Amino acid sequence: MSTTTVGSHGAAGAQMSVSQFIDTYVFSRDHKIIGLQFLFSTLLWFLVGGLLALGIRWQLAWPWSDMPVIGRMLFHTEGGQIAPEFYTMLFTMHATVMIFFVIIPILAGAFGNYLIPLMIGADDMAFPTLNMLSYWFMWPAFICIGSSFFLPGNGAASGWTSYPPLSAVWEAAPGSGMAQTMWLLGITFVGVSSMMGSVNYMTTIIQMRAPGMTMFRLPLTIWGMFITAVLQAFALPVLTAAGFMQLTDRVLGTGFFLPEGLIVNNNDMASGGGQPLLWQHLFWFYSHPAVYIMILPAMGMVSDIISCFARKPVFGYKPMVYSISGIAGLGFIVWGHHMFVSGMNPMLGMTFMVSTMMIALPSAVKVFNWLGTIWGGKISFTTPMLFALSFVSMFIIGGLSGIFMAATPVDIFIHDTYFIVAHFHYVLFGGTAMAVFGAIYFWFPKMFGRMMNEPWGQVHFFLTFVFLNGTFYLMHILGAVGFPRRLADPYDYQTFAHLQPMNQFITICAIGMVASQFIFAVNFIYSMFYGTPCGRNPWGANSLEWAAPSPPGHGNFDFQPIVYRGPYEYGSPEVETENYPQWQPPPDKPGDGGAGQDNPEKKA
Amino acid sequence: MGRLWSLLFLLVPVLGTLVFVLAMADIGPLYKHWLPLNANSHGGIIDSLFLFILGLTGVIFVGTGVALFWFMWKYDEQRNREPVKFSHGSHTLEVVWSILPAATLVFIAIFQMDAWANAKMKRPLVSPGADGVEGTLDDIFQPPLVEVVGRQFEWRIRYAGKDGVIGTEDDVHTVNTLFLPVNEEIVIEVTSMDVLHSFFLPNMRVKQDLVPGMKQLVWFKPVKTGVFDLVCAELCGWGHYKMRGRMIVGTRAEFDEWLEDLRQQQNQTILTSR
Repeated sequence: MSTTTVGSHGAAGAQMSVSQFIDTYVFSRDHKIIGLQFLFSTLLWFLVGGLLALGIRWQLAWPWSDMPVIGRMLFHTEGGQIAPEFYTMLFTMHATVMIFFVIIPILAGAFGNYLIPLMIGADDMAFPTLNMLSYWFMWPAFICIGSSFFLPGNGAASGWTSYPPLSAVWEAAPGSGMAQTMWLLGITFVGVSSMMGSVNYMTTIIQMRAPGMTMFRLPLTIWGMFITAVLQAFALPVLTAAGFMQLTDRVLGTGFFLPEGLIVNNNDMASGGGQPLLWQHLFWFYSHPAVYIMILPAMGMVSDIISCFARKPVFGYKPMVYSISGIAGLGFIVWGHHMFVSGMNPMLGMTFMVSTMMIALPSAVKVFNWLGTIWGGKISFTTPMLFALSFVSMFIIGGLSGIFMAATPVDIFIHDTYFIVAHFHYVLFGGTAMAVFGAIYFWFPKMFGRMMNEPWGQVHFFLTFVFLNGTFYLMHILGAVGFPRRLADPYDYQTFAHLQPMNQFITICAIGMVASQFIFAVNFIYSMFYGTPCGRNPWGANSLEWAAPSPPGHGNFDFQPIVYRGPYEYGSPEVETENYPQWQPPPDKPGDGGAGQDNPEKKA
Repeated sequence: MGRLWSLLFLLVPVLGTLVFVLAMADIGPLYKHWLPLNANSHGGIIDSLFLFILGLTGVIFVGTGVALFWFMWKYDEQRNREPVKFSHGSHTLEVVWSILPAATLVFIAIFQMDAWANAKMKRPLVSPGADGVEGTLDDIFQPPLVEVVGRQFEWRIRYAGKDGVIGTEDDVHTVNTLFLPVNEEIVIEVTSMDVLHSFFLPNMRVKQDLVPGMKQLVWFKPVKTGVFDLVCAELCGWGHYKMRGRMIVGTRAEFDEWLEDLRQQQNQTILTSR
């Protein structure tokens, strides 16, 4: 790498022509810019998804009542109330946005892109143009899903799982018209984007590691990203194929998922030959591994953050790697646990129960290892550390509640109740979203060369943590009563009529949770421009990204990094300092004279 | 600050357990916020398995939660003067905490299987057939008493007529009201004519998705009389929330009388419409 390629984007900005600007910031092939593009896009969609969730919560707390202020604007035809078809759209689009536009792209797209080359010591991704395309293929998806809000039905409304025949038959629901077609196209584009990313990540991690960076010296973040990429590569083709099958069922009159003799809305569908359960098998064959796509990178990032702020090596590095791999492997043979009461052969249910129980094992091993990591350390309670610790605490709840659903007889009762809603929100919000917040606070200095405000970060953590538990914990109790999900008005049932006060409490907490995120938004934007400037390694961390300038210029490193050890040598007796970075040569073996290798800080 | 943060994390297992204890004890604001009345003689096993898993996971929840709190409390940078324990892990510990959960999880899975088989696989028999052994080919199964067909957004219900066979001309039809005799093994055939629905009887601990093109059976044995909810638990369109039925459980005499009334009403309607 020649030093001429190293330069700060900011410094060159002033003299840029328009086409240079577009090359550098819009259609950029630089993994860091692409990572930030993913980050900003997904954070904006996070806001959309959160507001959709508040719509759901409003209806559950005060069904059929005027929504203050915005009700008149949105639903003036219904007198400011949420209509039932609008409600079904709300939870469908909330899940779609959060899963396909927030969680998956923020982990793989934003952090995967930003961190993989930096943490393995490469100057960029293996295929920079493909990388650029993987971001720009998100835009057709944004447009498809975004436009479906303005089509009849105000958006797809057959659940994010899109079960046929409801989703496949135009007459079945107001949202099953053009909006559903756009939804399917949007999901396909997301799939194409993820596929491009996944090929790129696998190649980069296998081929482009710095000298000395063996696979077992990779930070766990990279292991999480690597296994996730493998999962995506193997699972996504199935979803894409299934999506196309549903599309042809809708527009070409095929009958993959439509059985004979279907009469929908008094229309004889003249369908036949298909099987609705086939969709569920194909969908969950992707979407269950996708659950791990949504958590494994988060687990990796949490391991890195916890080790850094406990000032202690990760406990059981190799068992951590094996359990990530174990979760991924088992993840392919557990999809049937979504279908215990679907009409699938009950004999199969037993098999899926055993495999599903077993997947709790690697998760348990990971929790024990995180506890082992902070045991005997010196914990500094920074904002990223608080978020990482809360990931562990919340993931324990989400993991344990999964065992209830895995047990087939118990699942008969709690399937499709708020118990499952509590479960996956503990994993996805309490787990992944908290880890993502922690990761943003942790890597923000690397991304922008400035620190985020620490006291306000802790306020954001406190409020989010409290409101998150207020919102999701009581849903377990609702589930125990059998309170079904996806009902616009459950209170007409005598069994559930008395649950409205609890739902009102949950809604108030949910409003508080969304409101607290504005603290984060302000802190983020303010710190980008006015945060305290920081050096290369503000946290005293060990992994390679901290050897690069903050923010790294094009080509990342201003010297050739050579890796001497694993990423978690904190408190090593070999050196006086608390940390012992991967790129620092051992004391008895001075560096080979590479540019700035002994002390990159000095050169900067 | 470390102490305050540790205490915040301690609240998770403390309040978490408290909420479940209050709900189970039916106390205060959590009155009636627990498993609803079980009126199925086969439903008790589901409740006890739920409580069994709750107890087991509860122990792990409290144990790991308290450990997390204690480590945060004890190893706070500002208070821990000892040097960091430089350790990359322990093979023994890894083996112990892999084998113990593995054994527990396999045990939970095997422990559930009988209940699952009884709920979904072992259809009630009239007699085990000539060989007197259950589970052989000559078993004589109990025929369904009633057929329930899901349709956007109602439950179409059909009882066998005098001939005892569903699907003939003398069937008795009704909508959204399922009347069943108490203390008898009930077999119901369920299907759908349009989209997916789910036949959910919370008080019977019964749930089965209705799939168009597939005829499926559910069975249970109501042991309490009364009026219970029949809930659609699978999203079936905009009116999903109002696909509300009710299940009335009465004595055999009440059931026969109700069915006879219904049959006569139906004949009346047919006569007048002719």
